[in-house]
Amino acid sequence: MECLIGIQGKDFVLVACDTVSARSIVSMKQDLDKMHKLNDNLLMLVVGESGDTVQFAEYMSKNIQLYKMRNGYELSPHAAANFTRKNLADYLRSSTPYMVNLLLAGYDKDEGPALYFMDYLASLNKVPFGAHGYGSFFTVSILDRHYREDITLDEAQKLLAKCVNEIKQRFIVNMPTFKVRCITKDGIQDLPNIVATGPPA
Amino acid sequence: MSIMSYNGAAVMAMKGKECVAIAADRRFGIQAQTISTEFDKIFQMGPRLFVGLPGLATDVQTVAQRLKFRLNLYELKENRRVKPKTFLSMVSNLLYSRRFGPYFVEPVVAGLDPKTSEPFIASLDLIGCPMVTEDFVVSGTCSEQMYGMCETLYKPNQEPDDLFETISQCLLNAVDRDAVSGWGGVVYIIEKDKVTKRLLKGRMD
Repeated sequence: MECLIGIQGKDFVLVACDTVSARSIVSMKQDLDKMHKLNDNLLMLVVGESGDTVQFAEYMSKNIQLYKMRNGYELSPHAAANFTRKNLADYLRSSTPYMVNLLLAGYDKDEGPALYFMDYLASLNKVPFGAHGYGSFFTVSILDRHYREDITLDEAQKLLAKCVNEIKQRFIVNMPTFKVRCITKDGIQDLPNIVATGPPA
Repeated sequence: MSIMSYNGAAVMAMKGKECVAIAADRRFGIQAQTISTEFDKIFQMGPRLFVGLPGLATDVQTVAQRLKFRLNLYELKENRRVKPKTFLSMVSNLLYSRRFGPYFVEPVVAGLDPKTSEPFIASLDLIGCPMVTEDFVVSGTCSEQMYGMCETLYKPNQEPDDLFETISQCLLNAVDRDAVSGWGGVVYIIEKDKVTKRLLKGRMD
């Protein structure tokens, strides 16, 4: 029921997640932040089994911080993604697998922006744009149609708004607001929430 | 819904005259939804040795990394390049070590012997039963279609350029009759003195 969206441009990654915390048929909270900061320019967006999401995100974030303290330098987004994949893959075949789907968005001084798509089976993909959850069925086609490699941040925000409106219009589950963040060379910035303007479902 | 066709994949390899070819599609999907069209399923394991891993994408990546690890240890210990036949045993051993909780991949091995440059192709099932062949091997979600194409187009002792044409046609026309594989392909032509990688544009729908 939850939704994550990510768009990568030439010098940024724009990510968004819905803000609903639901249990069964009840919406418990409308301002939940599903993004976890791993370091100054690395963000992990997590959806899935409700306990697992926070538990796994915190476990990964603390281990990535530990790596920085031990070695004196940070993991690059690529390294962090592969580290996360290894952990999730090992847990998958344990008696206590984590049921979490992730987007990893980061900016590397040398490599530039990067967006990684990972599902609960721990298959990792570097993608120009990606989406998780039921929302992905409504959004990836829009992203396919309008995405360009040289998309600007302004255009990406408009594209994101298109996606959110489509979800509002076509998806029966109510996800009115999306939290938006942007990762650039200057780190992680909060952007204003997107509130769907389309006709209600 | 089989776990082997959750992500979708097609891999094949062919023998030619003093050369081998290995090809795979590029799709990564979650059931019917395509996520990426730049997914690697063929991994270089030596200067003239490749392994193709169709199956569950997470295990494709895990197995590729574990094989590379075992291969590096072997080459450090032995101080020489691995023979394709030896590598086949290595893959088989890794897969059989998970006999009762397998990695869901059915690998294809293709390469030239580091000393004699003898062409070698083989495939394995998901628990590591090896099968060495003299003509071609196929593996993945559209194996029936790939067999059909290979049986019709394959000729023994083709030159590298002709082998490229044959394997490309076999792959592209096989994946067009499968919903969960395709979206372009990649072909490696392995010769004694060079390896050529070519990307194919297929039906991108």
